[in-house]
Amino acid sequence: MKSTIVSSPHVPRVNRVDRGMLQVLLALVPGIVAMIWFFGWGVLINIVLAVSFAVAAEAAVMLARGRSPLAAIGDLSAVVSAVLFAISVPPILSWWLILLGILFAIVLVKQLYGGIGYNPFNPAMAGYAFLLVSYPVAMTTWLEPSMLAEHSLSFMESLRVTLSGTLPPGLDWDVISSATPLDEMRGQLDLGMTMEQIRQSPLWGILGGHGWEWIGGWFLLGGIYLLWRRIITWHIPVAMLLGLSVCAGVFWIIDPQTYPSPAFHLFSGAAILGAFFIATDPVTACTTKRGQFLFGVAIGVIVYAIRTWGGYPDAVAFAVLLMNIAAPTIDYYTQPRVFGHGEKRL
Amino acid sequence: MRVSPMSIAHLLSNKRRLWKFHGGIHVPDEKALSNAHAIETLPLPERLVIPLHQHIGAPARPLIKVGERVLKGQMIAEPSGFISAPVHASSSGQVIAIEMHPVAHPSGLSALCAIIETDGEDTWAELPPPLSDYPQLDSELVRERIRWAGVVGMGGAAFPTSVKLVPRIDRKIHTLVVNGAECEPYITCDDRLMRERAGRILEGVRIMHHLLGVAEVLIGIEDNKPEAIEQMRLALADTDMRDYTEIIPIPTIYPSGGEKQLIRILTGKEVPTTGIPAQIGIVCQNPGSAVAVADAVLAGRPLISRVITVTGRAIAQPRNLEVPVGTMADDLIAHCGGYRQPPRKLVCGGPMMGFELKQTSVPVTKAANCLLALSAEESPDPSPALACIRCGLCAEVCPAKLLPQQLYWYARSKEFDRIQDYNLFDCIECGCCAQVCPSHIPLVQYYRYAKTEIWAREQEKRKAELARARHAAKQERLERQKQERQARLNKQKAALATKPSTDTSATAPGKAAIEAARARATAKKVAIPTDKQ
Repeated sequence: MKSTIVSSPHVPRVNRVDRGMLQVLLALVPGIVAMIWFFGWGVLINIVLAVSFAVAAEAAVMLARGRSPLAAIGDLSAVVSAVLFAISVPPILSWWLILLGILFAIVLVKQLYGGIGYNPFNPAMAGYAFLLVSYPVAMTTWLEPSMLAEHSLSFMESLRVTLSGTLPPGLDWDVISSATPLDEMRGQLDLGMTMEQIRQSPLWGILGGHGWEWIGGWFLLGGIYLLWRRIITWHIPVAMLLGLSVCAGVFWIIDPQTYPSPAFHLFSGAAILGAFFIATDPVTACTTKRGQFLFGVAIGVIVYAIRTWGGYPDAVAFAVLLMNIAAPTIDYYTQPRVFGHGEKRL
Repeated sequence: MRVSPMSIAHLLSNKRRLWKFHGGIHVPDEKALSNAHAIETLPLPERLVIPLHQHIGAPARPLIKVGERVLKGQMIAEPSGFISAPVHASSSGQVIAIEMHPVAHPSGLSALCAIIETDGEDTWAELPPPLSDYPQLDSELVRERIRWAGVVGMGGAAFPTSVKLVPRIDRKIHTLVVNGAECEPYITCDDRLMRERAGRILEGVRIMHHLLGVAEVLIGIEDNKPEAIEQMRLALADTDMRDYTEIIPIPTIYPSGGEKQLIRILTGKEVPTTGIPAQIGIVCQNPGSAVAVADAVLAGRPLISRVITVTGRAIAQPRNLEVPVGTMADDLIAHCGGYRQPPRKLVCGGPMMGFELKQTSVPVTKAANCLLALSAEESPDPSPALACIRCGLCAEVCPAKLLPQQLYWYARSKEFDRIQDYNLFDCIECGCCAQVCPSHIPLVQYYRYAKTEIWAREQEKRKAELARARHAAKQERLERQKQERQARLNKQKAALATKPSTDTSATAPGKAAIEAARARATAKKVAIPTDKQ
């Protein structure tokens, strides 16, 4: 027998951090496949680059801190952050922007606060927001969905764009790129067009932007998988989508010609990805159930506010980061009623 | 005959309403290792090591001397307070020592034990007469008998049973809950007891029902023990207790056998924080204690043996053994065929809340319900703890509805005020949080640390306050004495100032007094050296 005394319980532990992270990665696969389908190989190149940079950055910081890099990489949290970051940025972003974003996310936002478990802000969203504020043009240049595009980039062409930052000869940015549906919607509405006129553009699908709505749907499937495997609970995603759609619904009922429908909001941009995969990051979200609900609702409302009246077409990153700040306070005031205590404690 | 509204509802619906507590976990129950083995009596060991403090409360005072011959059932230590219990010799023989001996305690420390070399004759001491007609007797007499018999809670806490059978003045006790849940994995001693001695359990329950004057008795048994439920029901059908007693199968979920959790399941009521069940009119007892009560009252026998489960995959033949209190763990393991494989650890109690034993030369106490020899596969060393990712799984399973992740955070950062904001002291240390934690953090250990640290600090604070009070009192006393002296001096000065004329007359007797004192001093000076010689 060994000489150390281990405190109870003396039963095997049933869960593992890395297995949870692996489930998250698995749940992302359908949405990522859909993204590659609609936006080409650039998505995959982004992921590969971001993950490599993130793993290298994590290992470097751990070495500098005199700790085992393998243990840190092994928990897969850096990989999850990198993948979320990679699918949030445009598919033809230059490699050095990806590097910059990842360094900001992993080194500054995550490791300098003490690594996994100690970062107050969502690393992927912090990296994204940092790039969006610093390089707004590059960060808002999206590709056109493949079926609408005159030219779809091949794998080699995508790789070349990412690595050199220049387009293959004979191609023009205007030909391959387009604004995102949310961007387009904002622009058209600002021009005073009605919803009916706007919806005539081929950019639109059934619910939201063409292609985008499908991606949202596949991410939704992944989210449901996470719920089923009990990696996340319903509180944050349902509350966030509820907050967003209630806001959207109210304004849409008031004036459907100037305010897009709740369905459009849900299936555009990063709403579903954000609700199930980003806002649910346990480290930076609220941890009480009531707190999580409030946290989710607030993110939904902020997303709607920024989308509708703010300076950016989408806002999941900013909404999540804003609520990250509020999470500890919300947690303190939403403690559950402890067994044997009276109804209200605070 | 009293018929409670509950039993009417039961007759109407034939299905009792049960409540749920928050969280809980499903763990492999491992009961099959030992639950098929009927209770076996262990051959009398040659040596008994009987700890003199086996209960919650004041330690018992030894009544015997080394070398003395004791008889089975003879009281060898008497209670030293209201919340205390006597200890009896488990067999006849000679007291060869009363000394510190390692005992089964989480600290691994030793405690005062009487060591008895048995003579193999197992001769009973003269026992008090049975009180079979207890309903006609003074309740105080019956309670005194239970107290005399040293009956304590046999589910693990070892709280003196007689104390819990005193009706309270402030609050009427209306329900007696018998805790047959046995929710800890592996343990089967209560299961076997209910299967084999259901009648005796009910006899004990009947006595407790009488003493408390309760309206109803609820016997909760987890539904993974169908045979026990069946036997208890059959036994109940033969008694006059049917009108107020109910055998209630409850869903198998750990920790349903926690006192507060079981009360919640059966009655829907929550025992207030820092409170005891009696505050909401409920008393909870263990089936083993019920048997001990029956033995004490109906046979005049003290509590000197108990049923203990010896199990785990490292044990060759897991068993349920009836053993004299004071039997060494080694003897139990040897009787069960020794080890099948080298155990990774030995645990006293269940795997969820039990504590690790560092050695097997410790005696069985009244509260010891299980001896576990766990193999490395059953109880692997948890991998190194990772950082908490605040996933909240712990909060989802916490039966006290706490936020274990926050408690951990504040225990780690030693913010002991903050941790009490999060109700640390409502933690029952059931271990659910640690079992589900994906970062493999030994959470319960952190909570125990924080609790101990807070207790120690409170004690320090009390001591410091006492010292401060003493210091202040001393300062005050010195100040007062100074002022008094000053006042006296002033008065004398004033007196001297008012009658300067009497000065000369006063000097003569004064001088005489000084002379006399001087003479005395010289006499002393002469006397002292002679004394020393």
